[in-house]
Amino acid sequence: MNESKDTALFSREVVFTAIKDSFIKFDPRIMVKNPVMFITELGALLCTFLVIFSKADRFNIQIAIWLWFTVFFANFSEAIAEGRGKAQAESLKKTRTSTVARKWTGKTESRINASELKLGDQVICEAGDVVPSDGEVIEGIATVDESAITGESAPVVREAGGDRSAVTGGTRVISDRIIVRITAEQGGTFIDRMIALVEGAKRQKTPNEIALSLLLAGLTLIFLLAVVTLKVFATYSGALAGQDLSSVITIPVLVSLLVCLIPTTIGGLLSAIGISGMDRLIRKNVIALSGKAVEAAGDIDVLLLDKTGTITFGNRMATRFYPAPGVNEVELAEKAQLASLSDGTPEGRSIVVLAKEQFQLRGEKFHPSQIEFVPFTAQTRMSGVNISDQGSVHEIRKGASDAVIKYVTNLGGKTSPELKKIVDEIAMSGGTPLMVAEGARLLGCVQLKDVVKGGIKERFAELRRMGIRTVMITGDNPLTAAAIAAEAGVDDFMAEATPEMKLKRIRDEQEGGHLVAMTGDGTNDAPALAQADVGVAMNSGTQAAREAGNMVDLDSNPTKLIDIVETGKQLLMTRGALTTFSVSNDVAKYFAILPALFGALYAGGGLHGPLSRLNVMGLGSPESAILSAVIFNALVIIALVPLALRGVKYRALGSEILLRRNLLIYGVGGLAAPFIGIKLIDLLITKAGLV
Amino acid sequence: MNTADVIQVLMSLLTLAICAPLLGAFFSQVYEGKRHLASLPLGWLEKLSARTVGKAYDEEMDWKRYARALLMFNALGLIIVFLMQLLQSHLPLNPQKLPDVSWHLALNTAISFVTNTNWQSYSGETSLSNFVQLFGLAVQNFLSAATGMAVAVALCRGLARRNEKTIGNFWQDLVRSTVYILLPLSLLLAGVLVSTGVVQSLSPAHHVVTLSGVEQVIPLGPVASQEAIKQLGTNGGGFFNANSAHPFENPTPFSNWLELLSILLIPAGFAFLYGRMVGNLKQGRIIFGVMMALIVAGLGLSLWSEYQPNASLGGLISLEGKETRIGVTGSILWSTFTTAASSGSINAMHSSLTPLAGGVAMLNMMLGEIIFGGVGSGLYGILIFVFLTVFLAGLMVGRTPEYLGKKIEARDIQMSVIAILLPSACVLLGTALAISLPQGLAGLSAKGPHAFSEMLYAFTSAANNNGSAFAGLTANSPFYDVALGLAMLIGRYGVILAVLAIAGNFASKRHAPPTAGTFNTNSVTFAALLIGVILIVGGLTFFPALILGPGIEHLLMNAGKVF
Repeated sequence: MNESKDTALFSREVVFTAIKDSFIKFDPRIMVKNPVMFITELGALLCTFLVIFSKADRFNIQIAIWLWFTVFFANFSEAIAEGRGKAQAESLKKTRTSTVARKWTGKTESRINASELKLGDQVICEAGDVVPSDGEVIEGIATVDESAITGESAPVVREAGGDRSAVTGGTRVISDRIIVRITAEQGGTFIDRMIALVEGAKRQKTPNEIALSLLLAGLTLIFLLAVVTLKVFATYSGALAGQDLSSVITIPVLVSLLVCLIPTTIGGLLSAIGISGMDRLIRKNVIALSGKAVEAAGDIDVLLLDKTGTITFGNRMATRFYPAPGVNEVELAEKAQLASLSDGTPEGRSIVVLAKEQFQLRGEKFHPSQIEFVPFTAQTRMSGVNISDQGSVHEIRKGASDAVIKYVTNLGGKTSPELKKIVDEIAMSGGTPLMVAEGARLLGCVQLKDVVKGGIKERFAELRRMGIRTVMITGDNPLTAAAIAAEAGVDDFMAEATPEMKLKRIRDEQEGGHLVAMTGDGTNDAPALAQADVGVAMNSGTQAAREAGNMVDLDSNPTKLIDIVETGKQLLMTRGALTTFSVSNDVAKYFAILPALFGALYAGGGLHGPLSRLNVMGLGSPESAILSAVIFNALVIIALVPLALRGVKYRALGSEILLRRNLLIYGVGGLAAPFIGIKLIDLLITKAGLV
Repeated sequence: MNTADVIQVLMSLLTLAICAPLLGAFFSQVYEGKRHLASLPLGWLEKLSARTVGKAYDEEMDWKRYARALLMFNALGLIIVFLMQLLQSHLPLNPQKLPDVSWHLALNTAISFVTNTNWQSYSGETSLSNFVQLFGLAVQNFLSAATGMAVAVALCRGLARRNEKTIGNFWQDLVRSTVYILLPLSLLLAGVLVSTGVVQSLSPAHHVVTLSGVEQVIPLGPVASQEAIKQLGTNGGGFFNANSAHPFENPTPFSNWLELLSILLIPAGFAFLYGRMVGNLKQGRIIFGVMMALIVAGLGLSLWSEYQPNASLGGLISLEGKETRIGVTGSILWSTFTTAASSGSINAMHSSLTPLAGGVAMLNMMLGEIIFGGVGSGLYGILIFVFLTVFLAGLMVGRTPEYLGKKIEARDIQMSVIAILLPSACVLLGTALAISLPQGLAGLSAKGPHAFSEMLYAFTSAANNNGSAFAGLTANSPFYDVALGLAMLIGRYGVILAVLAIAGNFASKRHAPPTAGTFNTNSVTFAALLIGVILIVGGLTFFPALILGPGIEHLLMNAGKVF
């Protein structure tokens, strides 16, 4: 996450709105959905009543105020998490302003309001028009500015047929003309859904969140019982000791104890954690269509990755020159460069670049008028140049080895067994040998290879430590696939893969209990995307693919899958860490409040009975002890808001190390922190004379 | 403590650690229907039982059907024991001509024995006829124990099975537990106990005139047979009111050691059975290790407290309420074992333990009888905590929590929370109720914080199906009989239903193979974590109550103030 974006979140405007929303959230009808905070609010209400109608001493007033703050801080954390999404939603809504659609019936064109469009209608979009709704290009090709949703200013090409046929409502056509068939109902467009998602309006609790809520509600109930019965036990114990404890064990004190014990920290931050998880994805330009998908992302243990674009740069590139016996490497490079000068394919360009990089050759020896380009044809399976130099013509050719050998032998040249060996070796290692000849003379060959992206091998090793298996999907033959798989360090590969095989592979993995994630863009990827537990559709892909997946990557960057998994894990870890922290905090709070309640029991008229020995923190007075615990409890919520929003730092380590690290920080830390915090607050408020 | 004491402690723990894995292996053969040691001599008994049950004996049951069968069977047992007591004067084998039992005592006793609690509001030898003891209580000693074992086995199956609806057959589990495990082990133990001098007789009480000329009634009865199942089935209801402190129940050091060991034998064996049934032996060892660690910690604290020079006794250690022939170490070993396991049999009066030792006894029960615990119930009890631990900590490795390859989901958590909440609620609300009512306060004998401890102990013992008592409380009153009876029912069947629901839910889940990113439950870290969760979640609920009872009493005693 980048720092500047993070600070922007706490901009004055967002904070302002969040404060306003926090007050709205005091509504008990909203609050009741969160039992932990609902109980806290009831407690605050009860104390306020007591202050107003019964006993308005300084202590009770302060308790009531801090209880309200506890609720407020929890509301604030949720509001600010939502606020981040809302800001994003606002900018999206601007694209939804009423547009005019040019409806096309096949013969005539009529102008109607975009909101009147129906499923299956066809519309015409020309340069300057805003695409009125989601649809599929059925005729033509155009460049489209999608910056409204992707934030990316470079326009993209959309064309009928193929995998780039989807257009999104709200984007702008900047050149040419297309006919679009509408594929989304009004209110159900991609932008509509995005707005709903980022606003949190349609946010449903995820399965794990529900389970955690149940646990928190259970803990709340247990502590409620413990505190309610404690009143009875205390009164009775007082009677047994011949003391009247009713002035010490008052309702505000018991409410304080209850609020300190119930898991307010996690209860208050739980929904903020969930919202910010989706929010973090949005800021990585990934739209998760449900919170459930984000959670599932954390559980993924098999990644299906397309080779092209994810593991390798899209195209094969020249990586080395192998001269034939008796040929100088520089000569081979020079001739290969010449043969490729007019070749616009990526492979051709890469040969030019390699020759330049290795031998500083620039191909400027001949004037362009001397060079005649011989393009690639399916018949010759070669391309090259004819260079007229001082009356003679040099025919330089490059192409598949069998084609070039045939060409050379036809011209009466000889093949070289050494070169044949090199060709085989290149093929074995997953590369493509490209042979170069000048006339009847074999010069050697160029190794073309899929170049594996830098750092990807380390990334896969990292994934392996996280317990995630990577499977490379490629259309290559098994030999090539195996070589690239080995080089990239993936765990498994699928060669000559078809969409059906992908789907079957996903089903098989799921049968075995694995959770599978994959990316895809084409319509034929749609079934597999739908079947995968996390299916990330590329925004550049077809409408079918975007409908089938449960996430859309606006950047259309397949490597993003790894980030998505990390975000899912981070979300779950944050939840676990804060729950652990919250529960282990209770120990210290007991040591603060119980001696305050029972310190005077059996004191024989004095202040320090046997149980005052539990006051290990040496807190100033019973009142300051209770107040400090309540203040700490409230402040810890607001102090942890940034952590809840940003998420616990995730490192790709084995589960055992991760667990020990987090246990140390949030478990042991959770035990220790309140001892220190409560003591400090106690010193402060005693010094300030608040109690 | 002297060397003999240390040897006694170490020997007990060591024998347990040696026997448990062997028993676990045997148990797994029994429940998986394989051939085993006992199938040759006792197979006919299972066949006979199967024929009695009929076709239903071999049918797989889903959890609801399993629960229905269990509840019906237990309800029937409850009614029979209840009626037997109400009509005991009309029934045979009543040589002392004991009158019919009051309705509330009969109800309490019936619930108590059917729920494997064996809380005794009555004094066995002076209230119940041999007929009731033999055909009512002794029968339930077997069947209530077998019920607990069946539930545990059903949960093991639930965890082991994949994509299935059923969790086994209740009748089969019940019969196999009784016929192959409880019966042979009891026979074996009873035989040895008789050899040490435990009474086994159907004759009426002896009337003797002592040297001082006073006539004394010495009750006899079928003691040894009841003693064996009382210990092995973590029942705890003794033939005599003095329980295993009575020389007719527990005459020699050898009998004491044997009885002590037999409290924990089956629960410990179940930890290993679990490992075998779920196909993860290491997990069984981890659970056994956690139980062992907790019991050793409790034992250590109690012994330390007991061996502190007692200011009130002029610096001596307290032997009041303990059998001098058993001594402090023997008594504390027993009190720790019996409260850790849900036995409730005693060889010393727990009311007379030092406050901390009494507190440990209470805490052992409050945690839900999971430190070895009752037969079967101890295992399913600790597994509930395992689920909670996995759920809490599992998240911290960045995956939704999973245990043995299965996701822990909302329903499992809901049921686990219920299983923990119900007994706790019974303890707290029951004690509060007793304090608030004159009927509750009427039963007290002690003063000061000890009075509070007595009530707290009673409800803790009942709701967690332990059955031991701080002897001070007179519990045979309509209020206590009914209130404690309810606590026992809720504490038993509330938990059992929740556990069976979890078993059914787990059985239907799919299994995910572990990866490097999976939360590892076979590690020492996990064991430590489990202990932490048990102490924090279980302990925090009762920390205030314990402070007001044993806590303050301990501090006051140190200051020389006793009640």
